[in-house]
Amino acid sequence: MNKERLLDLYYQMVLIRRVEERGAELYQAGKIGGFMHLYIGQEAVSTGLIAAREPRDRVITAYRDHGVAINCGISANEVMAELLGKVTGTSKGKGGSMHMASVEKNMWGGHAIVGGHLPIASGLALGDQYAGNDNVTICMFGDGATNIGYFHEALNLAKTWNLRVLWVCENNQYGMGTAVERASAVSEIRQKAEGYGMKNERVDGMDVLAVYEASKKAIDYVRTEGKPYMLEIMTYRFRGHSMGDPERYRTLPKPVPNRGWKSYSRMCS
Amino acid sequence: MAKITMREAISQALWEEMERDPAVFILGEEVGVWGGTYAVTKGFYDHFGPERIKDTPIAENAIIGAAIGAAMVGQRPIAELMTINFAFSAMDYVVNQAPKLHYMFGGQFRVPLVIRAVGGGGRQLGATHSQTPDAVFAHFPGLKVVSPGTPEDAKGLLKTAIRSDDPVLFLEHATMYQVRGEVPEGEYLLPIGKSKIQRPGRDVTIVTYAKGLELSLKAADELAKDGVEAEIVDLRTLRPLDMEPVLESFQKTNRAVIVEEGWKSYGVGAEVSSRIYEQAFDYVDAPILRVAQKEVPLPYNRTLEQAALPQVPDIVAAVKEVLK
Repeated sequence: MNKERLLDLYYQMVLIRRVEERGAELYQAGKIGGFMHLYIGQEAVSTGLIAAREPRDRVITAYRDHGVAINCGISANEVMAELLGKVTGTSKGKGGSMHMASVEKNMWGGHAIVGGHLPIASGLALGDQYAGNDNVTICMFGDGATNIGYFHEALNLAKTWNLRVLWVCENNQYGMGTAVERASAVSEIRQKAEGYGMKNERVDGMDVLAVYEASKKAIDYVRTEGKPYMLEIMTYRFRGHSMGDPERYRTLPKPVPNRGWKSYSRMCS
Repeated sequence: MAKITMREAISQALWEEMERDPAVFILGEEVGVWGGTYAVTKGFYDHFGPERIKDTPIAENAIIGAAIGAAMVGQRPIAELMTINFAFSAMDYVVNQAPKLHYMFGGQFRVPLVIRAVGGGGRQLGATHSQTPDAVFAHFPGLKVVSPGTPEDAKGLLKTAIRSDDPVLFLEHATMYQVRGEVPEGEYLLPIGKSKIQRPGRDVTIVTYAKGLELSLKAADELAKDGVEAEIVDLRTLRPLDMEPVLESFQKTNRAVIVEEGWKSYGVGAEVSSRIYEQAFDYVDAPILRVAQKEVPLPYNRTLEQAALPQVPDIVAAVKEVLK
């Protein structure tokens, strides 16, 4: 990857960080309402992942979607306008923080029902399969979503029907305030893909280049083999689940800015 | 015009729309090799092939969720739920996703999806397989709910539903597939959201739909023997609800009975009667009565099941009551 490209990835990550810091201030000032889930700490995941897609590949994600929107090419202005409930926002102020989308940028939404967008992701891929193209649908979700029925129905269908979906679990260690091992039968989420005969890989999500390389390989596999694939990307959110999170549940120390990256990437080794 | 069954009318609409538009495909449990559990898609698999007639796993979230996704990217899926009772397993998609996506994302997404589902009691299937929960689904803005009472309406409304750019829940009644009626051949479209006078009369207005239409027509014949001429308004669509023919009829008769197969509490009758009171209060000459299912889970035993379902004599009695 050349210097220009590397700088662009860095720029995207910093832009997400700054937009969300400003968003948090506006939330506290009462200008932004509803639920707001910050991506701070996880920026490398979506930045590396989406850098690896072709523009024709579709992206669909959960409610922690500001960063994903920016990585897909939606402007920071549109994201902020949506947070503020303005008609100039991505969803004309009808969706809010959890519902950013842009058909033009092939970003098929932040979706707020945990796991609810996974069968829809299978459907986007089904639509492409029916149309006879080899677009890939990239579906992002948290570790918490892998415990709900939707996940299993969606993966089963994708494998049975050979749908081109790249399933991307962002394992940030907690489903809201419940640690992975307290909610999931296996704490290595990628093992769940094994149950559906699906190839998979675990990746260090604190390393944007590692995410990029793994994603490139995975997208290529999905496109050429015509089969789904699952990435489990190890990451950590530095802020609360949402703005109203008392954060009483953490056993890992809260990351210190600028030193967080290294210490948390060690978790994945 | 040919006289065909409700099953044939629905089947004809599906077949014609699939021939017309390659974006239309069907997915659901046993819709393909089996031919549909109610034989509606019999012969489709051999003609259209496995790409367009898709047998799914028994997984309602996957069926409706995937249909929504395919619709969002420009296809026109028709998802079949083996019965409306199984919609509860996919409730999130039917009421919380499909009807919301267009609005919530500022008009960017379209969901041209038809969900076909069989409902209704009377076949001794027990409490979890016999429900008529139409009102539940009609509660949600963004979801069109259609439930025809004649083969002609079934064909015309289903064809329109398939061409709609918004999600439509198309409710069929399990005991009405053999009902016969005249149905125009070929291109025949009816607008969604239009109620229809199915029998003219001057003395009382009966508002109903689907199975209730069959029962109400029989009740009207009974009442005619006593010189009572009932006017029957068939809603055909529960959302959007077209009250115009209902109000016109009521302003003439000043008396109404509403007949539905679902439970009375919070039901279609509650909605329709409330709208009559709101919009035609000055014309009310008697309390509006509702005929509906008894407030119990539907029993298996045939006698008990029939006792719990609304019957022709219940409608006759209610009409006589409002005419007192």
